[in-house]
Amino acid sequence: MSDVTQAFHRSQMIPAREPPRSQRGAWKWMHENLFSSIGNGVITVVTIAIVLYIVTLSLPWFLHSVWNAKSLTECRTIIHATWGENAGGACWAVIHQNWNLYVFGFYPIAQYWRPTLAFVLLLVALMPILFSHMPRKMIWFSAVYPALAYWLIWGGTFWIAVTIMLGFVAGWLALRVATRLANAPLGVAAAVLAAVLWWLFAAGPVASGLQHLVPIRLPFVASDKLGGFLLAFIVGMCAIGFSLPMGILLSLGRRSDMPLIKTTSVVFIEFIRGVPLITLLFTASFLLAYFLPPGTTFDLVLRVIIMVTLFSAAYIAEVIRGGLAAIPRGQFEAADALGLTYWQAQRLIIMPQALKISIPGIVSTFIGLFKDTTLVIIVGLLDPLMGITNAVRASTLWNGIYWEPYIFSGVIFFIFCFGMSRYSMYLEGKLKTDHR
Amino acid sequence: MSLAEDRPDSGFRLSKLVYDSRYRGYTIQALFLCALFIAIGWLLSNAAANLARLGLSPSFDFLWNRAGYDISLKLIHFTNDSTHGRAALVGLVNTLFISVLGCITATVLGVIVGVLRLSKNWVVARLMTVYVEIFRNVPLLLWLLIIYAVLTAVTPAPNAYRGANPSAHMWFWGSVAITNRYIALPAPMFTHSLGFADLGIFWISLDFVALVAVIVAGVLINRVILRRASRIQEATGKRPTTWWSTLLLILGPPVVLLFALGLHWDFPALKGFNFRGGVLAPNSIFALWFGLSAYTAAFIAEIVRAGILAVSKGQTEAAHALGLRPGRTMSLVVLPQALRVIVPPLISEFLNLTKNSTLAFAVAYADLGATLGGITLNQSGRALECILLMMLIYLIISLVISAVMNVYNRSVRLKER
Amino acid sequence: MKTSVFLAGLAVAGLAAAAASASTLSDVQKRGVLNCGVNTGLVGFGAPDANGHWTGFDVAMCRAVAAAVLGDSSKIKFVPTSGETRFTALQSGEIDMLARNSTWTFKRENDLKLTFVGVNYYDGQGFMVKKSLGVSSAKELGGATICVQTGTTTELNLADYFKQHNMQYTPISIKNDAEGKQQFLAGACDAYTTDASGLAALRATFEKPADYVILPEIISKEPLGPVVRQGDEQWASIVRWTLYALIEAEELGVTSKNLEELSKGTKNPELNRLLGSEDNLGGMIGLDKLWAKRAIAAGGNYGEIFEANIGTSTPIGLARGLNAQWNKGGLMYAIPFH
Repeated sequence: MSDVTQAFHRSQMIPAREPPRSQRGAWKWMHENLFSSIGNGVITVVTIAIVLYIVTLSLPWFLHSVWNAKSLTECRTIIHATWGENAGGACWAVIHQNWNLYVFGFYPIAQYWRPTLAFVLLLVALMPILFSHMPRKMIWFSAVYPALAYWLIWGGTFWIAVTIMLGFVAGWLALRVATRLANAPLGVAAAVLAAVLWWLFAAGPVASGLQHLVPIRLPFVASDKLGGFLLAFIVGMCAIGFSLPMGILLSLGRRSDMPLIKTTSVVFIEFIRGVPLITLLFTASFLLAYFLPPGTTFDLVLRVIIMVTLFSAAYIAEVIRGGLAAIPRGQFEAADALGLTYWQAQRLIIMPQALKISIPGIVSTFIGLFKDTTLVIIVGLLDPLMGITNAVRASTLWNGIYWEPYIFSGVIFFIFCFGMSRYSMYLEGKLKTDHR
Repeated sequence: MSLAEDRPDSGFRLSKLVYDSRYRGYTIQALFLCALFIAIGWLLSNAAANLARLGLSPSFDFLWNRAGYDISLKLIHFTNDSTHGRAALVGLVNTLFISVLGCITATVLGVIVGVLRLSKNWVVARLMTVYVEIFRNVPLLLWLLIIYAVLTAVTPAPNAYRGANPSAHMWFWGSVAITNRYIALPAPMFTHSLGFADLGIFWISLDFVALVAVIVAGVLINRVILRRASRIQEATGKRPTTWWSTLLLILGPPVVLLFALGLHWDFPALKGFNFRGGVLAPNSIFALWFGLSAYTAAFIAEIVRAGILAVSKGQTEAAHALGLRPGRTMSLVVLPQALRVIVPPLISEFLNLTKNSTLAFAVAYADLGATLGGITLNQSGRALECILLMMLIYLIISLVISAVMNVYNRSVRLKER
Repeated sequence: MKTSVFLAGLAVAGLAAAAASASTLSDVQKRGVLNCGVNTGLVGFGAPDANGHWTGFDVAMCRAVAAAVLGDSSKIKFVPTSGETRFTALQSGEIDMLARNSTWTFKRENDLKLTFVGVNYYDGQGFMVKKSLGVSSAKELGGATICVQTGTTTELNLADYFKQHNMQYTPISIKNDAEGKQQFLAGACDAYTTDASGLAALRATFEKPADYVILPEIISKEPLGPVVRQGDEQWASIVRWTLYALIEAEELGVTSKNLEELSKGTKNPELNRLLGSEDNLGGMIGLDKLWAKRAIAAGGNYGEIFEANIGTSTPIGLARGLNAQWNKGGLMYAIPFH
């Protein structure tokens, strides 16, 4: 075959053509993500239509917002004057006028710097816990923060906060001494004993003595002054702070070899998880007082914090139990093989892994807990959602307002809870050490 | 520990209770037991002293007193002459009713949303994300308040159906009226009704029992026929046609029964202030139902999503390689495997839903918390007793659900040998 | 801060209080603060303003007692209570007295072991309807849907009334009055029922109050009054006679304006006994001579308190009606100060 002479042969490259319309830019994106099939297209259109419908229904109300007014009547007058007789509109002035009530409750105005400072310091104290690249020394600040925040918010003498912390120091010293002289279990017992004895008998006189020598005090603010988001935060943060260690202990108790401890933990966890929070709050309000020595009573806010803490501790215990269950037996055996004691093994090997696995669950428990602080209204505490709103509506100026306070608190709750859930996602991603 | 056991045992010494890891457990437990008993004893003695001081004696006698109030939503017979105990029972039935309804819809909705969040359709996926985030991060109480108020605001009052030229019209050829108080539905009536059976606590309609019995019987017989068909298919390779017998068995008997009982409908009609006749389903049911389901569904969606993502990608790819379409891959390959991860947290969401139904007070739904823990508590003033009883009842419900969960967990656990 | 407080546990510091003595009076005096249970927010009767200052008709009662006992009407811790928690809060000693529009009933007094010291407001349950409904009497409400606020005796009265008149009704029992009002305004119920004072207060807040009418029937007696625990007669007397002092002051014409002048002594021996320029009535209930004077000074006499909080000059606009003095056609009748 010799006359294969003239094959087609290109001497010049054709310039690259633009991809077809449907394959580029916005069109491509829409084609792939919105209208990839007829069904998909229909769903897209219907969904957009529904969203648009809802927006058009509620938009005028939001557009006709009034930010400055002294009362609901004034709001209505402004709305009618500006947008016509039959126009409806939002009256955000209620939030504007009652802002302090929503944020601080009845906290004395002159003392607002205290909760504000406590909040700022909270952020500082949380830093080393939340973000690992902060200087590790800061963890000491986080450790003393609870006492500091207690002093800032409730006031009284500064030395109480100090002596509370000294109780922990006493316990730690006792632990060191007793462990050296005897053994670890005795050390723990001695530590607990020392701390409790300190708190019961020494702390009071020492605090008043120090106060006498160096008077540092803030005006005392009783907890009936707490309300609004300040209350939600205090209840939420205390419960979060205390329920984590308690939950860890409970989860360990539930897996313990000692039948008595195990049974107690199981009964406690199942009981708390089995009843609605409302009944526990009622317990805090009604029943706790019956179980205290006759004539004694203590603060309702504190009782509520205790109950909410117990509630979330039981949930956290279950979350961590899930994490513990996911750890291979080999890890426990390896710890034993290294000769670690039970607590060493838990602290160095088991818990770091179990907690890491449990982070999403723990954070969503915390989110739930924070949202549940809105229920404290049923025992008469003024939570931001219904409590403060009730109080605001009970004034003749604002009686009759409905949506605005709800929307406002909803947005604030959303911001904080959403923030928490995003943080947990960030943490999950960062701690992910396995490769899938 | 193993070292300690290898050591020769040189008899028991008291110090071993502290130092020997074999005995230390007993020491700790004994101490713990003492502490526990002391604590409980202290609490109980305090309680006794307090009650004596106040001159109160806890007693559940009030449960047998006349309640004196009315409950708008009652699934079992109740009048204001019934007892407080009966009111609590009405509340309990309502709680269980809304919980079961809520669990069903929350699961369905949650699975749909969870799957749609992974959809390739951008708008749908985003919208589902927004839905999940909004519902998960805002307190349920607020959602219930909003949903209840919206339901009331967007539906017409019964008055709107009045007059020659009403502003609202009944649906489905004049048989259903949606109002801001209730949805009025036609009620089935029987001319030759079998009557009611008194079960002690509540009455049950024999017509309903007969209907259920006939349907169950039909399904069972149908199953036998289907099994026989499968056997024939296995033996001969040919499957006998069964669709007509299935249809006949499932639809036939109920239709015949209903005809024999003389089924006709009682349509609601506006008389006076309200619709009369038919079934009036109060809006509080819908508000609570929507609220609880939508809220819980957001959590379930996350569980479902996590479950789906937990199934290894190889499974999906293998299914695709076998030529299964995405829908079938999801339903035949991914979801069944994801179920093992999904179900335990799912059941604990059911538990949460049941407990969250105590927020019914926000929408005027008469649940256990509203009757026993609300009006009864207020009227009798027996706070201690009411709350204890309420806790006990919820505890029992939860333990039952937990027990079911444990049974399930055991049955689906990966068998590792 | 006393060191004894620490015995209740250090974490509880400042938040705990041991009140182990049998006398409420000495407890309150030792504490220096009166714990008074109030509503979480009820227009005109008790609500905090934007600065956390509590005002209202019931609150004024607390203030008068605090002034009588402690000499300062601001030394009060207001404890907001809900319908469920109010009586247990009192029984458990969390509050010293309850001034939360609570109806005096047989069962509450004898079954719950509470003492109602008197009546500071005679109320009664009524109905409110939309004018366009064309209803002019509660007897025409057969078949209606009725919004009822739970947490009081309201549900019982409602059931009793409809039973007596052989009518049917559907209750919508709502805990929170704002929700109830929302439902009522949207037409989800034909009538709204609560105490007549509440109805008037509620109607005042509507955008168009004239579109609504309060029906003439009052279906129940609701004597509302302050409550204390049983078993401390002295404390019950203090609260009871503080209430009577306010009522008596109105009858005798003592107001916050002429109080100083009258307390120097007048020709009326009863007035002198009341204000402490003669005799020592206060000493008989463990207080000093001037207790009643301070109580009246706190917020004025009964009539002044009424006018300032719920009277016709306020947006709530309640007429005195049953709550006028006995010699003006009402039921307010102070027991003589002899």
